[in-house]
Amino acid sequence: MLETSKANGQNIVGSVRLVHAEGMHARPAVKLTKLAKKFKANIFIRASTGDDWINAKSVAKVMALRAARDSIIEIKATGEDAEAAVKALTNLVAADFPDGGP
Amino acid sequence: MNTRAEFARLAYRGRTASIGFAYGPFVRFDAAPSGKRTFGTPKDEMAAIRAALDVAERQIAALASASGGEAAQILEFQVALLTDEDLLDPIFAAVQSGTPADEAWSAALEEQIEGYNSAPDEYLQARSSDLADLRDRVLVTLRGSVNEAPGVPGGAIVCADDMPPSRFLEIDWSEGGGLALLRGSPTSHVALLARSRGIPMIVQLGAVAAGARTALLDAAGGMLELDPGPDQIDSFELRREAHRNSRAAAHAILRRPAALWEGEKIRLMINIQRVEDLGHADAEFADGIGLMRTEFLLGGQAGLPSEETQYAAYQAVLRWAGERPVTIRTFDAGGDKPVPGFTESGEANPFLGVRGLRLCLVRPDIFVVQLRALARAAVDGNLKVMFPMVTTPEEVEAGRSLFAKAVSQLQADGIPAKLPELGIMIEVPAAALTIEQFNASFFSIGSNDLTQYVTACDRSNGKLGKLNDPLNPAVIELIRRTVQHGKRAGVNVSLCGDMAAEPHCIPALLHCGLRELSVNPSALGEVKQAIATLGSGGSS
Repeated sequence: MLETSKANGQNIVGSVRLVHAEGMHARPAVKLTKLAKKFKANIFIRASTGDDWINAKSVAKVMALRAARDSIIEIKATGEDAEAAVKALTNLVAADFPDGGP
Repeated sequence: MNTRAEFARLAYRGRTASIGFAYGPFVRFDAAPSGKRTFGTPKDEMAAIRAALDVAERQIAALASASGGEAAQILEFQVALLTDEDLLDPIFAAVQSGTPADEAWSAALEEQIEGYNSAPDEYLQARSSDLADLRDRVLVTLRGSVNEAPGVPGGAIVCADDMPPSRFLEIDWSEGGGLALLRGSPTSHVALLARSRGIPMIVQLGAVAAGARTALLDAAGGMLELDPGPDQIDSFELRREAHRNSRAAAHAILRRPAALWEGEKIRLMINIQRVEDLGHADAEFADGIGLMRTEFLLGGQAGLPSEETQYAAYQAVLRWAGERPVTIRTFDAGGDKPVPGFTESGEANPFLGVRGLRLCLVRPDIFVVQLRALARAAVDGNLKVMFPMVTTPEEVEAGRSLFAKAVSQLQADGIPAKLPELGIMIEVPAAALTIEQFNASFFSIGSNDLTQYVTACDRSNGKLGKLNDPLNPAVIELIRRTVQHGKRAGVNVSLCGDMAAEPHCIPALLHCGLRELSVNPSALGEVKQAIATLGSGGSS
């Protein structure tokens, strides 16, 4: 479920299944964007392959994904801490957005 | 000449959200503050919007720390929007190219709100009022009336599109008045507030003419009349007087101290079908909620209810009840209550089929969502949960084990949750006859189904009317045994079927030893009076 791989040197990508019962609702969306903002990297997500990538630091955009439970969230990041960012975000989603997270 | 016709045109029908009457000045309290502001250079406008966003963020942070819980989570979403570059950058760009700050902000938020309003999911639709709240908070600051509710004269009929609870609380209701919403819902938070403060309220009026000076709000009949003529006012006052008198008579009975019988207090609880039932004017006189049915949650357009939708409903009821106990029954689908995507189809005899707890145990995917919502709500009030249609102790233990697992999962995720007191419905004769085998914190006798199963009479078959009799000695015997076992074991027993509201059945129930009955809110007064009459007759 959790995999990160280097694509073309710069882009770090990962994907993770959204296990949250409610899908990407307000609480998870706020947590995800808050965590994303802790990184300098540009971070993008999408809820299904082929969709446009959206800014993972924008709660309005993340909510607008309307990602349902069990959708696969793809994460892509570029920048100095991209690898750490993708790892932290996939962990957050895989762990179902625990309170008091990183 | 045709003044009468004009009056008739200015009467609007809506749905009652809080019963009562009000006559006073008519005030439009539009969600978006409508005052125009004079705007400056793009540089001034940038400074204005940045300052307004800062003020909004500080206000919301203060509100969040004061309210906590679910409200704080919703407010956190608003704060996140205030720092969302993807949302703000286009607004800043528009302002820099000459759009006034308030217009740019409004337009961007409207677009978001539209998106949520058109969402298929009830949860996302409900978020649109959070966004409207945020839009208005920033607009109020931009238009220079920080934190000040537009002047609402005392006793006014306030008319708005919709209203978030924070706005309602900003208005001074000490001189009465009423609330008329063009949209809104009887289940909203603001409706609960209006009921708890006795402010009459109508929702879903659709559209209302602008510019009226006075209004009559009849929130018993669900009608709003603007700029009424003398004949309309006379008719309104007659209806108000009749309502007052009937309320006074009911209150006189309901306000009496608890019904006593042979020196013992009889607790009178209410049965509710949905959250809105708490709007019944007599509900407040109940000693608690003896049965909250949850099947209404299964009837939505959006499919089976999410954990959040359920949690919000349970929380609303617990908030209403305060210290009083609230017993929520888990889904009792099946039988005569089929639910697409949940109940079994094609059963030859659905009343004897996979229904109630039986169905929940074979559909843990649906059941666990409800148990999670209940476990979260249990933290907030005096919650008890009961399983319907129980036949054997093994079923109860299977349900309890799912419940306990849901609680530990929530706690492991850092979400506050606890296992509430767990009881069972006594409606299957096998359970009534082996009651000492069951581990339960309380028993609630479902006399409608118990009668149907003991007398072998389909309760939906009118031709069996006389045979399907709750006073059949076999039914009464099972009730008596259940109560006696409860007394010996120190376990509370109540009864929540229709017979509890039948004055001619009440003596038999009291003689069986029952001291707690649960009835529909509209029957409370009559039941209380029946017990009081029996009590005074019996003790002399």
